Amino acid sequence: MIIQSIFFYIFSFIAIVSAIMVTVSRNTVHSVFFLILDFVSISCLFIMGGAEFLGMIMLIVYVGAVAVLFLFVVMMLNVAQQENAWFQSKKSKEKTSSHIPIGFLISVIIFFELIIVVGGWKFKPELSTDLNLSLSIGETNTHSIGSVLYTDYIHLFQISGMILLVSMIGAIVLTYQKREGLKRQSYFKQISRERDTSIEIVDVEKNKGVKIDA
Amino acid sequence: MLEIGLGHYLTLGAIIFTIGIAGIFLNRKNIIVILMSIELILLAVNINLVSFSAFLNDLTGQIFTLFILTVAAAEAAIGLAIIVVYFRNSGTIRVEEIDKLKG
Repeated sequence: MIIQSIFFYIFSFIAIVSAIMVTVSRNTVHSVFFLILDFVSISCLFIMGGAEFLGMIMLIVYVGAVAVLFLFVVMMLNVAQQENAWFQSKKSKEKTSSHIPIGFLISVIIFFELIIVVGGWKFKPELSTDLNLSLSIGETNTHSIGSVLYTDYIHLFQISGMILLVSMIGAIVLTYQKREGLKRQSYFKQISRERDTSIEIVDVEKNKGVKIDA
Repeated sequence: MLEIGLGHYLTLGAIIFTIGIAGIFLNRKNIIVILMSIELILLAVNINLVSFSAFLNDLTGQIFTLFILTVAAAEAAIGLAIIVVYFRNSGTIRVEEIDKLKG
């Protein structure tokens, strides 16, 4: 039990520190790396809490896909070397300095509200009878998630697939641009070629050859 | 203190949520960091759902975490696409200089 507590504190400390570093680090690439570290430690916490499948999915989806997407965009936009204007804004010093205290105040207020909710909260006594999806003993986490996800939540599952499809199409349509001077294959042109437009019969004089100027 | 309960996980979620909110408010650099702060906020929500699910022995929280993951991935893709298009059109993604809507 003590070992579990020690690991919880280690992982949550890493998660909190790297979350702070995501927002304050000077280089955007470093922010992405700290985001990856944050997701890794949180997925370790998930695995410790018994949600192994979600921990692994977090690793695959976030570290493997989303964070790499962020890295691609950061490097594509060439903002990696941009100076961080968090504390010293060159262009508008007074605007930034009026911005920071209010932002801090609001986030501190939000934090204390959340802590108050956590501190003064209790289970209602009859809660354990209300559960409808209790974990069955002896099945793995993945097995039980699968047996619920594909039966009770099948419509939500398919709708989430549609959301992914729409976002994929949207991202492609948004970033697609036609480039000039690019040779492309046009199936319509190729299929609708006629014999008259593509073949020409030439009388060839003897010992002269044919001059091709196309 | 040594016994890890639900309150510890919820406090961790609250701290990360607050860091994400503060990152949105205080960021003056570029929009990509704001998108990362949104990812942090969604991560805090996931922590809450998974910890409730683990401590109540109820699978519903983990199922909904899966859906939140889906929506977060879609949101990141679309947001980054919009940022790329904006950078292509205006040449900057600094938060201070994005004021075309005059809000």
